[in-house]
Amino acid sequence: MLIIILKIVVLTFCVVLPLVPVAVFFERRFCAVIQDRVGPNRVGIPLTLFGFKKDCSIFGIGGLIQPVADGIKLFLKEDFTPQHVRKVFYWLAPALTLAPALITACVIPFGTDVTLFGHTEKLVIADIDIGPLFIFSIASLTVYGIAIAGWASNSKFPFLGGVRSTAQMISYEIALGLSLIPVLLYFGELNLSAIVQQQADHGWLLLPLWGHDAAHPLTEKLLFWFPAAVSFLIFTVSIFAETNRMPFDFPECETELVGGYHTEYSSMKFAMFFMGEYAAMVIGSALIVTVFLGGWSLGFGTDAWIAKLNIAGFGVGGLLHLGIFLAKVLAFILFFILVRWTIPRFRYDQLMKLGWVIFFEAALVNVFLAALIVAAPHLQGAIIAVGALLLIAVTAAIIWVARVSEIKPQILRA
Amino acid sequence: MAVIKLQRPKLGPGEAIYLTALAKGFFLTLSHAVKSLLGKSMGAKDLASSGLGVTMQYPEQTWDDHLPEYYRGAPALVTDEQGRERCVSCQLCEFICPPKAIRIIPAEIPSDDPWAKVEKRPAAFDIDMLRCIYCGMCEEVCPEQAIFLRKDYVITGLNRKEMVHHKDKLYQIGGVRTGLVNKWNELK
Repeated sequence: MLIIILKIVVLTFCVVLPLVPVAVFFERRFCAVIQDRVGPNRVGIPLTLFGFKKDCSIFGIGGLIQPVADGIKLFLKEDFTPQHVRKVFYWLAPALTLAPALITACVIPFGTDVTLFGHTEKLVIADIDIGPLFIFSIASLTVYGIAIAGWASNSKFPFLGGVRSTAQMISYEIALGLSLIPVLLYFGELNLSAIVQQQADHGWLLLPLWGHDAAHPLTEKLLFWFPAAVSFLIFTVSIFAETNRMPFDFPECETELVGGYHTEYSSMKFAMFFMGEYAAMVIGSALIVTVFLGGWSLGFGTDAWIAKLNIAGFGVGGLLHLGIFLAKVLAFILFFILVRWTIPRFRYDQLMKLGWVIFFEAALVNVFLAALIVAAPHLQGAIIAVGALLLIAVTAAIIWVARVSEIKPQILRA
Repeated sequence: MAVIKLQRPKLGPGEAIYLTALAKGFFLTLSHAVKSLLGKSMGAKDLASSGLGVTMQYPEQTWDDHLPEYYRGAPALVTDEQGRERCVSCQLCEFICPPKAIRIIPAEIPSDDPWAKVEKRPAAFDIDMLRCIYCGMCEEVCPEQAIFLRKDYVITGLNRKEMVHHKDKLYQIGGVRTGLVNKWNELK
């Protein structure tokens, strides 16, 4: 019991939550670099306030304290509740946005075992056998926070934001769930720790280059690479939609909806929406890294050695794996930011079409393709060829239907 | 005007599935970011950047070397080569000043002063820098070429009082200017 509480405190509040300000800092600096600016590079610890001679900046990188300064600013701002809002839901919504994002952290495997004082402990809060399902079910609750915020604000722009968020969620949840099925078929496992362990032993899903044996032949792994890549693509795009990140940030697009669902919010309530968004981004990248990119494993057969790493009786291999995992997550967050500055925002109907017409079908086809490869390794040639032909026919039919059903733009003036 | 119908360019199969365009876009953004990190952004040299993007980081680096000759900074009073205050308190600048930032209290020069023949000089010359709009009208209107807009632009203060430049401060900014109006010199 005590250990579970300790794990919750350490992993959620000392690992995931600090990643949020780090992600904000990365976002601001990397955005600045992309736009030929400098970004926040001045904020340090103001030691001069306490009579020291010089201010201190951590690691010699200025601005690392910027998120703290932002947080203090948000705490000290006036927490204004407009007269026209529905108070209970208005107060409830920010919590409903932040909490699910943090709850999902409990099934993410952060690393291998850590041994302290002869006691071995897994670096995962809840090692349950329904990892991805748990994440999907809890992460879907985030939309309630946004929808309730939009409704409770009792004002048109937040309302539009909330409605958009709901519609977007429906369009993407299906593709999100379906795209993960091939992966689960391949691993035959729903426990995220076991999935990562398998990837560490037999090669990452998208980099299957080591650990071949009779049960995991290289040909099958390479054959599975194609459905895995399609899954990765659909899953990543869906995660972008799920976290309301840039190409799909309809619920809060500034150009159309003022601030979207958080227009009427200020101070710490706004900050909770903000944190929830970034926490969702952190958890989203953690999930992608866990499922597709090997989680905490360094790869190339080094993981067994790292896991046994031992300093003075303390098994620190897990901590090293934790560091590798965080590095991967941060790299993926950088990718999130790169996408933000590369791809312009989609139009609303384009998003719907992408979700319902393209990704839903592609994910379905992908499930069958993956099933063929997983189920018939001994019949390889024939069945796979026939299956692939069938799949191509189905895909072509879907594309044809989509084309025909598309409304041709009418010329309004001659 | 004849109506010209523009044909939208037909997308190739590679562009239609969007993925190659995405990859191209990522590459473009990333290479731009790398360039920015190395301080090789377009225009970084002309803008005297600090080596990160095109930004000049202000308190450490300043724009002083790049200020043009005609830059209009803080207005200041000048003395001539003999150390005489050029201002004769004609108050033309005070009257022309659009935001009424200048206030002059004229005073007579006592008869035992070597410059008694100039007759007047300011007893007080205040420019309220909170009002000044740096239009340069005072400089233009001055018949004695006694007031100039200098290149100083860092004008700060903790309260309104500090933002008023008094006479001594104005002379300190202005310094000496030689060889302009020589009508009061003994030689002429």
